[in-house]
Amino acid sequence: MDQFAVKVFVRLRPSVLDPAGEATKSASIKLGAEGIKSLRIGKIIEVKIEGNGENEVREKIDLLCDRLFANTVIEDYEYSLEKL
Amino acid sequence: MDNFTVGVVVFPGSNCDRDVSWALEGCLDIRTKYLWHESSDLSDVDAIVLPGGFSYGDYLRCGAIARFSPLINALDDFVKSGRRVLGICNGFQILTESGFLPGALTTNKNLNFICDDVELVIVSSKGGWFNDGVEKQTIKLPIAHGEGRYHCDSDTLKKLVDNELISLRYKNNPNGSSFDIAGITNEKGNVLGLMPHPERACDKTIGGTDGLFTLKSLILK
Repeated sequence: MDQFAVKVFVRLRPSVLDPAGEATKSASIKLGAEGIKSLRIGKIIEVKIEGNGENEVREKIDLLCDRLFANTVIEDYEYSLEKL
Repeated sequence: MDNFTVGVVVFPGSNCDRDVSWALEGCLDIRTKYLWHESSDLSDVDAIVLPGGFSYGDYLRCGAIARFSPLINALDDFVKSGRRVLGICNGFQILTESGFLPGALTTNKNLNFICDDVELVIVSSKGGWFNDGVEKQTIKLPIAHGEGRYHCDSDTLKKLVDNELISLRYKNNPNGSSFDIAGITNEKGNVLGLMPHPERACDKTIGGTDGLFTLKSLILK
């Protein structure tokens, strides 16, 4: 069995308003940061997982992302995978 | 209807289960039974309410974890049998997360948790959940949510409009919901999800009775 470290990034889809991102953008400007064109907040989910090779692990992670980690009505996801 | 029983689902973190039960039993004389989320035997209930609250702490997303409970897994057959399911607030979020209703509910546009009475326009009589919009076209119900902004893509919205699946729209949209949507049904009409709380408007001494009709309509066949 191989072990992998997976980082899943979940983001609101570009078409979905991100009020928390807007509020943080507004605070960033108040702090004096210049040039911020857009600020959006997402989530990172870190998973350590075992499996027989990368393909099998990718299948498991795809299922998790699609069915649980992200709601694909409003969110997109992508992930990186590193063999430990 | 003597034996008609409404199952009120209790998740860890539900907090409107007792309100729903009191409103049904005390105001409408309809028998209720609490259903723990780990139960999958729905044979002795005739309708189901998924009440408001914060199931599983609303971890990950509202309703996302509740979707995997044994009870929600058993709900598919229950809905297919034509029996009625009412999802209120967190219950509505669970119904969208689990795919019984389209779209999703996410953070209010103004980021506030909004606790208020709102005016609602009855749009569709699908499923007979409201008083058909003839006698009374608007109702007033309480809302209490931080994540009640209904979102769906334009194709889904068109489908909702064309098939008369939008039950309720906010008169003054409080949370940024697409198309002012406050409640929708499935195509058959036996599943309703709404953000407002009908169970909190069942007695005129505590703010109105506009929620009675919706709870009473649980006994419709």
